[in-house]
Formats: sequence, structure tokens, C-alpha cells
Amino acid sequence: MSEQQHIKLPEGSIEKQTNTLNLGPTHPATHGVFQNVLEMDGERIVSATPTVGYIHRAFEKIAERRPYYQITPLTDRLNYCSAPINNIGWHLTVEKLLGIQTPKRVDYLRVIIMELARITDHLICNSVIGVDSGAFTGFLYVMQYRELVYEIYEEICGSRLTTNIGRVGGFERNFTPVAFQKIEKFLAEYPAVLKEFESLFTRNRIFIERTQGVGAITAERAMNYGFTGPNLRAAGVDYDVRVANPYCSYQDFEFSIPVGTTGDTYDRFLVRNAEMWQSLSIIRQAMEKIKTLPEHVYHADVPAYYLPDKDDVYTKMEALIYHFKIVMGETDILPGELYHPVEGANGELGFYLISDGGRSPYRLHFRRPCFVYYQAYPELVKGAMLSDAIICLSSLNLIAGELDA
Amino acid sequence: MSLTNEHIKNRLVEKFGDALTNFEESFGMMSFYAPKELNLKVMQFLYDEEDLQFRFLSDLTAVHYPDKKGEELAVVYHLHTFVHNVRLRFKVFTDITTPQVYTATSLYATANWMERETYDFFGVDFVGHPNLVRILNVDEMDYFPMRKEFPLEDQTRVDKDDEMFGRGGNVGI
Repeated sequence: MSEQQHIKLPEGSIEKQTNTLNLGPTHPATHGVFQNVLEMDGERIVSATPTVGYIHRAFEKIAERRPYYQITPLTDRLNYCSAPINNIGWHLTVEKLLGIQTPKRVDYLRVIIMELARITDHLICNSVIGVDSGAFTGFLYVMQYRELVYEIYEEICGSRLTTNIGRVGGFERNFTPVAFQKIEKFLAEYPAVLKEFESLFTRNRIFIERTQGVGAITAERAMNYGFTGPNLRAAGVDYDVRVANPYCSYQDFEFSIPVGTTGDTYDRFLVRNAEMWQSLSIIRQAMEKIKTLPEHVYHADVPAYYLPDKDDVYTKMEALIYHFKIVMGETDILPGELYHPVEGANGELGFYLISDGGRSPYRLHFRRPCFVYYQAYPELVKGAMLSDAIICLSSLNLIAGELDA
Repeated sequence: MSLTNEHIKNRLVEKFGDALTNFEESFGMMSFYAPKELNLKVMQFLYDEEDLQFRFLSDLTAVHYPDKKGEELAVVYHLHTFVHNVRLRFKVFTDITTPQVYTATSLYATANWMERETYDFFGVDFVGHPNLVRILNVDEMDYFPMRKEFPLEDQTRVDKDDEMFGRGGNVGI
């Protein structure tokens, strides 16, 4: 509306002086496959209409036909930037349903893996915010440390991105000494990198101008929109599932919850950075704690649900039978209904599970944090510039796999 | 004083009397059933009362029970109070032929897409929803795929005959 107001339009011309702009579905800045139909008045956004569903894979429906172990690969493909968290979260849900208690060492190993996953997720998100504001250096710099974490996963379970790392009761195999060495290496090297990464952005004039006050949301509005995780904490609410409803022995660790004040893109960036420091501290504590625990323990003693060792499966009849029974879903699953939340890298990831005692869940619903954030997007970018829309989108940490499920 | 499930239950019974049924506590979370006409009233009550303050809607979804005649669809709400850190779940049941349930969008902005998703997959018609259209599936679809009458795989496939695996001759899984 600005300058055009005093321009005398000829008789009969259209009054609406806005253009429609399609951002996405496959645009490099949309971080996956989702579309935004933006109504633009010059460079300013009048309204935004987000559309999702382009990679919907019907995981909830597929899960209704699969035994519990075969659902693990589905959860890996939700938020693929931090697959182990989804994965372990799913197994925690099943363990809660079956009433399985895991040994302390398993809990701590899981905490190490989940925090590593959180770090990789945050560092990707934060470095991509940099890319979207034109700073490619940080992205290239931290990428090699994500690579290092992927090597740790590889050492533990054999795969890198969609890890399939968990089992009901623990891990598939024990952590090798090399895995611990790599974790130590990461702990030794990463703080310096993170510090440098932080100083690259947080005092950068361009970055501050581009992010402060962009996509801001108040605490009240964020709660009403169902925000969780770093996006809610940036608005000043110190809600963290790890503290509110501890799982996996998180209560044994000392860490603080970083909170922001304004809930804008800059604060979201800062909260994620601060969380990475906390995660590093948690991993360090966990590494100390497991030194005092028996080394051979890496799963709970539940032969009816825990997949036997592969070497045994190939050589022992009993193990083969158990393996077959578990994989085909012939073991008893208790009926029950539960909602188990875990703190995913980008917010509260909830598993709502109804079991009727059959081999597959009667109903499984994923409470996916991305899905919740994205509906606030039109409100966040209303009145902003087009370039703000891009950076606001990347700061919400949307992962298309989780958005669509 | 921390908020107990007992206290929430007493407050609810005090307010709504016998309308709320099936109170149970599974895995530490209280759950109950409410009549579908009362869903907004229950939520508003839980939202407003100073000692409850359930102001966070964690999750909203539906479940299809084809065998329950007259209440085939259950809409499930998970509420959370940050102040007391207590969660609860309640369900409203509706007939599949008249799946009208009041929308919670005026209370919780987050319900908007969750209800669209529930409509998309189960066909629950949220009365008063500002934009009740499909969200993950294509617009042209004329059925609700998460209902139990739509099995995942083609039931006529013969390569999955369970007889081969010693489980009787049922075709399909």
C-alpha cells in the first residue's frame, strides 16, 4: 500500500495491488517439500498460506500392520536429522507399555546417543540459518563435526543417517572402544568449534540485523500454538520434557534449560547454541558415570522382547526361534494405552500408542513438533519482507519428513 | 501443593456430575470419557480454573472402533498444564454417520491443523473450524483412509498365504 496510495489509478483498474508468489514446494530455501503461497505487496508479505503433505507416507497406517520391531525404521524417517532420538523414544514407549526396566548403563548410553543427535540437529539448523542469511562459512565448518557424529553412529550400529540404533531393552551390541574414543574425540574438539561458530554469528552485524525481531512470537501465543522445544524456550518458557517428565535417567544429570526473551529468530538461534553446550556437558557427565558401571551390560535381560545376538541366531536353535518369534510379532504384547513424550531435538515428540494385545499397535499416533510449528508460520511472517520469510522458516527447524509423517 | 489426579477428578465431578465417565489412570496419566456435546465445556473448565490451568494442548487425534455401534469414532485430547506439570487425556465418542464434534480452535490455535489432520484421516467433522480441508492427502480423495475398513494391503493378494507358514489358510497378513 505504501507509495501507491497517492497514485491515481485509472478508472476501472483493479484495486488489489498484490502479487502471488509461490515459494516452494521444491525451492532450496524451503528445507524440504512444502509450499508457501505468499501474497506480496511489493517486497512485503501480506499473507502466507502453507501447504504440506507432499511426502506423506502414511506411517501411522503402516504401523497398524507391523510388529513392534518393524516400526523402528519408520520412526527413523520422521526427523531424519536426529533419527536416534525418535528411535530410542519409540523403544522407550514400548518398554513403558511392557513394563521393562533398563539398567543404568543402558540409560546413560542412550542419553549419550540422544544428546549427540540433539547436537547434530541443532548444528545443522543453526548453520542453515547462517546459509539463509548468506553466510556459508559456518555451514561448511560445522559439517565435518556432524560427519564425526555420524561416524560414531556407524561404529555403534553400522549406519549413519537412518540409524535403527535402538532395541527394546537397550542396544543391539555393546559400544566398542573405538566408539568411545570417537566420542572422546568429539568432546575434545567440538567446544572450540562451537565457540568459533558462535562468535562467527552472534556478534555479526549483518546476522543480527537479519534475525533480531524477525518472526517473533510471544510466550502466550507460542503456548497457544503448541510450541515446544527450542522454539518455545526462545519465547521465554522454560519447558523441557527432560526435566518435566524425566525418562532414561535424565534426572541423574545436572543441566540448565536455556531460555530466550523475545522469541524471535535470533533468540531461537541463541537457545539452540546454548543447548549444544548443555548437551556437551550431559555427554561428559554420562561418560563419567558409565565408567563406574559394569562394562558388559548393554541391554535389559528380557529374552522375550530383546532380539538375540546375531552370532547366536546363526548358531543356536533357541536364539533362532526367539529371533523369529520376536520379528514376526508372535510374542505377547500387553494391552494398554499410553502417551509417551520425549524431548526431540526440535520439541516434544510424543508417541500415542493403543495396544489391544495384538502383534501390531491398534493405533499409533506421532505427535510431531514440526507439524505444530508450521501452522504459526503465516502469523510469524505477516508484514515481514520476503527475505525474512526465508530465515524465519529455517529458524523453526522444520523437517519435511516429520511434518508429513 | 502439587496437583493430583484425584483432585482433578473431584473438580470435574463437582462441575459436570455424572456426565463424565470411565475415569481411569494408566501409566500415571488420568483419562476419562466425555459426551461430545460437552467437549468444549470440559476444555474451557480445565483451561480457566486457577488450580488446573490446562492451557497446553499436546495432541489431538482420533481412533476408529468399528465394533462399537453408535460410537465408532473417538476423538482423543491430550492436555497439559505447565504450572503443575500434569497431563491428562480425555475422549469423546461420536457416531460415524454423524461425526460432528465442536472445534477446539477458539481455545487452542494448535488445534487447527491437528483437527484438519483428524478430519483428513478419520472424517471427523469439526463444527466451527475455520478451514476444514484435507491437509496431508490430496483434495480429490473421497474417503478417510485411517478408518479400519481400509486395510493397508490388497486383501486379494495370494502370495501372502499364511498356510505356507503353518498358520491356517487365511489370505493376507
